[in-house]
Amino acid sequence: MKLGFTVKEERFRADAAAWLGAQLSGPFADLRGLTQQGGLPERRREWERALGAARWSCIGWPEAYGGRDASLAEQVIFAEEYARAGAPGRLGYMGVELAGPTILAFGSEEQKRRLLPPIARGEELWCQGYSEPNAGSDLANVRTRAVLEKGPGGAAWVVNGQKTWTSFAKFADWAFVVCRSEEGSRGHSGLSYLLIPMHQAGVTVRPIRQMTGGADFNDTFFVDARTAADNIVGAPGEGWKVAMATLSFERGVSTLAQQMNFANELRAIVAAAEANGLIQDPGIRQRLAHAHIGLRLMRYSALRMLSSAEAGKLSNEAYTYKIFWASWRKKLGVLALDVLGPRGEIAVGATYEWDLLPRLFLASRADTIYGGTNQIQRNIIAERALGLPRESRLP
Amino acid sequence: MQFAHSEEQQLIRESARTVLGERAGSAQLRAALDQPGGYDPQLWRTMGELGWTGLAIPQEYGGAGLGWVELCILQEEQGRRLVASPFFATCALAAPLIAACGDGAQRAALLPQIASGGVRIGCALIGTEGRPPCDGVTVLLESRAGGFSLSGVSDFVIHGDSADLLLVLARTPGSQGADGISAAVIPAAAPGVTVHPHVMLDLTRPMSRVEFAGVAIARDQLLGEPGGASGAVEAALDLARIALASEALGGAERALEMTTAYAKDRVQFGRPIGAFQAIKHRLADMMIAVEAAKSAAWYAACVADERREELAEAAAIAKSYCCDAFFDCAANAIQLHGGIGFTWEHEVHLYFKRARAAATLLGSPGWQRERLVRHFASGSAATPVF
Repeated sequence: MKLGFTVKEERFRADAAAWLGAQLSGPFADLRGLTQQGGLPERRREWERALGAARWSCIGWPEAYGGRDASLAEQVIFAEEYARAGAPGRLGYMGVELAGPTILAFGSEEQKRRLLPPIARGEELWCQGYSEPNAGSDLANVRTRAVLEKGPGGAAWVVNGQKTWTSFAKFADWAFVVCRSEEGSRGHSGLSYLLIPMHQAGVTVRPIRQMTGGADFNDTFFVDARTAADNIVGAPGEGWKVAMATLSFERGVSTLAQQMNFANELRAIVAAAEANGLIQDPGIRQRLAHAHIGLRLMRYSALRMLSSAEAGKLSNEAYTYKIFWASWRKKLGVLALDVLGPRGEIAVGATYEWDLLPRLFLASRADTIYGGTNQIQRNIIAERALGLPRESRLP
Repeated sequence: MQFAHSEEQQLIRESARTVLGERAGSAQLRAALDQPGGYDPQLWRTMGELGWTGLAIPQEYGGAGLGWVELCILQEEQGRRLVASPFFATCALAAPLIAACGDGAQRAALLPQIASGGVRIGCALIGTEGRPPCDGVTVLLESRAGGFSLSGVSDFVIHGDSADLLLVLARTPGSQGADGISAAVIPAAAPGVTVHPHVMLDLTRPMSRVEFAGVAIARDQLLGEPGGASGAVEAALDLARIALASEALGGAERALEMTTAYAKDRVQFGRPIGAFQAIKHRLADMMIAVEAAKSAAWYAACVADERREELAEAAAIAKSYCCDAFFDCAANAIQLHGGIGFTWEHEVHLYFKRARAAATLLGSPGWQRERLVRHFASGSAATPVF
């Protein structure tokens, strides 16, 4: 056990802080503090390229693919400094945190050399095609079809179907998509993990308005969409295994940056309680303490996950991490409105738009749904981590 | 940065688990509770021989010179088995109090005795109301010709009836809160000391009321300066809270394991009950709490060794979260065991009772949370009494 950092690591911290500070007080000052997903997409694209040009985008990757071979401690430090500097939410998240690590773990050497450097340079953005209208919690019920067709320009996958809840689809250059590639197959078998270019006639993106009033995610339609035969990660029919591994990368270093956003939300609640006197209320104080404790435990658990990470394997703390933070944040949303009182129910202006805390109240209802609902998370914990008997499935 | 136990630390855990597996099983625990003093004296002796009692005591005082991380591993393992032993009171509560409050001579006189396992210390910290220290300190320290005297009643003294020495917190007459706090170490058999054992809810941690009828003490029995001990006392108590949180974590984890095993084994409606989501989801919630409790206790133990500036915060977090988690897990364990879980014969009630008592000891989870809020917000609500 050791919490501290070495002199060399602290020097790395100083370098990172200096670069981030210069950028966010200079050319990217307008992006400072912009932690939400939406807003200023073109400027965020430029930010991704600036990160890439300075090799700060994917520091944990091997140098050969655009990374820095950064150690775990250095990745933790960078995530902390990134958040401390008020750097914006990453438009490149899906490529940097999900597609890239999946390709690193399961892709061919050719794929790594072709696909990873553009992610690391901030030039190509990605989105995720998993959920479908009838494949939500039952993710293996995927119906989007992929057929390998021979053509004059070589073989290609032809994809038909609908994906939904696709965040970043409006900006993405690529999608990683779970498709049914074996006709007549069911469940986990017969799926393939395809990489599909988004800029083609066969792909249509339609925004979905959420209960927040905003539209951060989309329906994505594939109608005879095409991708080259070698844009598949893992073997045909092994898509489930690869897709599940991708989900495990969601519990990486980026969780530390996410926690800094949560910390901002909690600070705003404390400030509101200080301002209207509720800070004196014993019940509110207990709830603020609970929130503070939960936030600190997320940080400690993230450090544990990172320290014990083994490729492709989830540790116990990783199994429980998602439901812990999602449940925590939903409670925080309710606390926020309880602290604001009736004022929290008035929108910012003439449209259905909200300040940080009411937005938290609304947006947090999705946290316990996406990425596996709390109910599915409990099944997974009970069956995989505790070894209880599997849910019986209809034949 | 490596937030995981080292190989050496894993070995300490494995060896403790083996020893306690052989020596502190369910039947042995029941037998120990029937012994005078409510613990197993042979096992206590073994803890001394194996060096557990001196694990976190500096080498210059006869210990192994390891840290709070290692001591908390022993606490966790003992918590899994609900080991009834003077270990917590002597090694995790009295030892840090003596190390923090005592001068060089006092440390040199007392710590080697603890390290060797040669002494059991009862800590007489608070009065009969049960408010946490330092607020709850009620025994009075008065000057008298040639020295001082202790008078009043202290309660909730862990293993007070079998203690060789008593570590007494006392206050200057007329003082309040953290002011006027002194610490003294005296023989439990000193004239004027009487010990009255209670029957406690938690059978595994016996406690006594101790009366001090003008007990005469010499200057060198007072640790440090009279009246000025509260800062050192609070820091030492935070170490004890972290050790207690570790023990609670062990209990919570064991409650989860026992209940998971039972849910796989017990068949109703033609299936193991663990196949039903109503049961699965409760067990999942228990595991979520156990994993977060691990993060809380392990981090706090690290902080004790290398980041003292975070000590108060980490101790409050660990104490409140781990004790709440232990209580929830033990309560769920009773529910999921069904009728058998409500019997005296089944050990799950011992976990439930230990969980409740550990939560109360040294400040309840609610008390810890109010303390915590003051780190990041202004104001102060009326402090929870306990």
